[in-house]
Amino acid sequence: MSTTAADAARVPGPASPGPSWRERLTRIAPILVLAPSLAASFIYVFVFTIWTLYISLSNSSLLPSYGFVGLDNYASLWSNRRWNIAYSNLFLFSAFYIVGAMAIGLLLAILIDQKVRGEAAWRTIFLYPLAVSFIVTGTVWSWLYNPVDGIQMLVRSLGWTNFNFALASDRNTAIYAIIITGIWQSSGFAMALFLAGLRSVDPDLVKAAQIDGASTFRTYRRVILPVIAPIFLAVAVVQIQFAIKTFDLVAALTRGGPGISTTFPAIYVYDLMFQRGQIGEGAAAAIMMLAALAVVLVPYSFFVVWRHRRESHHG
Amino acid sequence: MSSLTIRNLRKSFGSVEVLKGINIEARTGEFIALVGPSGCGKSTLLAMIAGLETVTEGEIRIGDRLVNSVAPKDRDIAMVFQSYALYPTMTVRENITFGMESRGVPKPQREEAVKRVAALLQIEPLLGRKPGQLSGGQRQRVAMGRALVRDPKLFLFDEPLSNLDAKLRVDMRTEIKKLHHRVGKTTVYVTHDQVEAMTLASRIAVMHQGQVQQFDEPQAVYDRPANMFVAGFMGSPAMNFIPAKLTTGPDGKPAVSFKATGGTAVLSLQDGISPGAAGRDVILGVRPEHIFRYSPELKAAKKSIASIDAPVEMVEPTGAETIGLMRFGDLEVTGRFDPDEAPRMGETITLGIDMSHACLFDPTTRNLI
Repeated sequence: MSTTAADAARVPGPASPGPSWRERLTRIAPILVLAPSLAASFIYVFVFTIWTLYISLSNSSLLPSYGFVGLDNYASLWSNRRWNIAYSNLFLFSAFYIVGAMAIGLLLAILIDQKVRGEAAWRTIFLYPLAVSFIVTGTVWSWLYNPVDGIQMLVRSLGWTNFNFALASDRNTAIYAIIITGIWQSSGFAMALFLAGLRSVDPDLVKAAQIDGASTFRTYRRVILPVIAPIFLAVAVVQIQFAIKTFDLVAALTRGGPGISTTFPAIYVYDLMFQRGQIGEGAAAAIMMLAALAVVLVPYSFFVVWRHRRESHHG
Repeated sequence: MSSLTIRNLRKSFGSVEVLKGINIEARTGEFIALVGPSGCGKSTLLAMIAGLETVTEGEIRIGDRLVNSVAPKDRDIAMVFQSYALYPTMTVRENITFGMESRGVPKPQREEAVKRVAALLQIEPLLGRKPGQLSGGQRQRVAMGRALVRDPKLFLFDEPLSNLDAKLRVDMRTEIKKLHHRVGKTTVYVTHDQVEAMTLASRIAVMHQGQVQQFDEPQAVYDRPANMFVAGFMGSPAMNFIPAKLTTGPDGKPAVSFKATGGTAVLSLQDGISPGAAGRDVILGVRPEHIFRYSPELKAAKKSIASIDAPVEMVEPTGAETIGLMRFGDLEVTGRFDPDEAPRMGETITLGIDMSHACLFDPTTRNLI
């Protein structure tokens, strides 16, 4: 029987001349549609990353050139005090920004989850900052922080004439001004994800915990939050890449000042490459940013793969 | 002594009244089944007993204590959910001890309680696992373990078997019954499966449209259903309803008459039933198992058997028994036959109907006469 079937397949009858062009089109359509974006992401991500890596090892200045200089650019980069400030700012900002936005986002999500009235309105209000670009956020908050016509001026005009609020104009605190603004911008985003997670928790779990005698706080801490733990990770990963490429917020809010106190790596890279004509050293700084991101994302992707394997293992 | 008393309980969601005056009383150690189709309010009633839903009107007492506004944790109840509601991130052991931990029971005592329950339910090897690594039946056991460990006054079960496959469901049903026997706690069990209700309960509350239609022992609910809803809901295949008129039989006793295939059938009623004046419209209810192949020997053994001829329209063998569909005039009537004496399709069979089990209903009120 199997030979007959094979023969029939090999010699298609006159009525069915193989797969029609329609079927063939259906088969290759996904490849055709995806090909441009696949090619583009391959070129822009991998080719340019490798090219940047190469440039960072070359003696490029105003224009790319390909004289190999080894790690000279990195040495000169790390001997620069401004870069060191920028890099430590990045870690300081990332830590406070991520933890702060997640804490506030989670708090808002839990409050909204208590079946408050006008939930949709609250959600929109808290999510709204995300719809505003960092440039607008930065500009508006730079006015608020401005001692002459911002919050300080407002409170003083209400009568507290000794009130001081000059967070952004002090070189020691300016970084916190940026952190606060960043948290304001993205805690709504964290809230939206957390709220979606809270809503996906089986309501019977909460009822069971209620009957078990757990307080609301205990129910969240022991039952609900562990269930939505994967969302914490997702929020953190999204925030980290926001944090590492922070450029426009700082550019609009403090322009790296006062002095060099709020310089960020992205700003530093921009300066080196397009203001000072040191493309080689700029590329080295860009590679250092990539390294910072990789420190977080590589373990994360290993973790995801590991968890996936473990879950499929248990069926 | 009663351990659960529900008096005139009402529940409204906005303008929709879902429970319309429920009265149920459970004696200590009793197994009460709340049964009814979806949307009859049985799960809402259970949630109110648990304290997960507020009371609109009426009262709920557990023991002698009015618990209308008592928090779920202070009601001394334990509940098994339809979805089991096991905490997915905790091990089986932690799931079982979470309640005691929340109540500040010291650790050695918790360990002892877990040991006792795990032995009772034979789940010792599972204690270190997480719910995601358990099968449906194992999860079910853990959910019961979590309830049992508390040693509460009242057990509440919310359709606990509906997520299991058919075979496991029967096994677990037996096990719940054994467990109840051993533990002897008052239990309220919600189900939409009338077989579960019949097998488990010491008394059944049949609910429909927010009201208790009948609250009685299983056999009484089955034999003397209070109205046509209960009669139709309990039992599978469902009871046959035959519109009929009261009349006087050839022997001078009360009888019912209805149009059958090839003429009018007159069936004498059982002695002692006084349904009212002749000519009154009634609905005759006969369960399929009381319709069978007629034989003179049966008639000789049991006087209450009446006979009637009917063509057989359809035959459905199920193995243990064969279901036959017969035509009575405009009606189709179901009967259960022994496979050995099952009718063939197209045959005209002489049926015996055991009138001692027949019920009469009022066609307007739909209540039992």
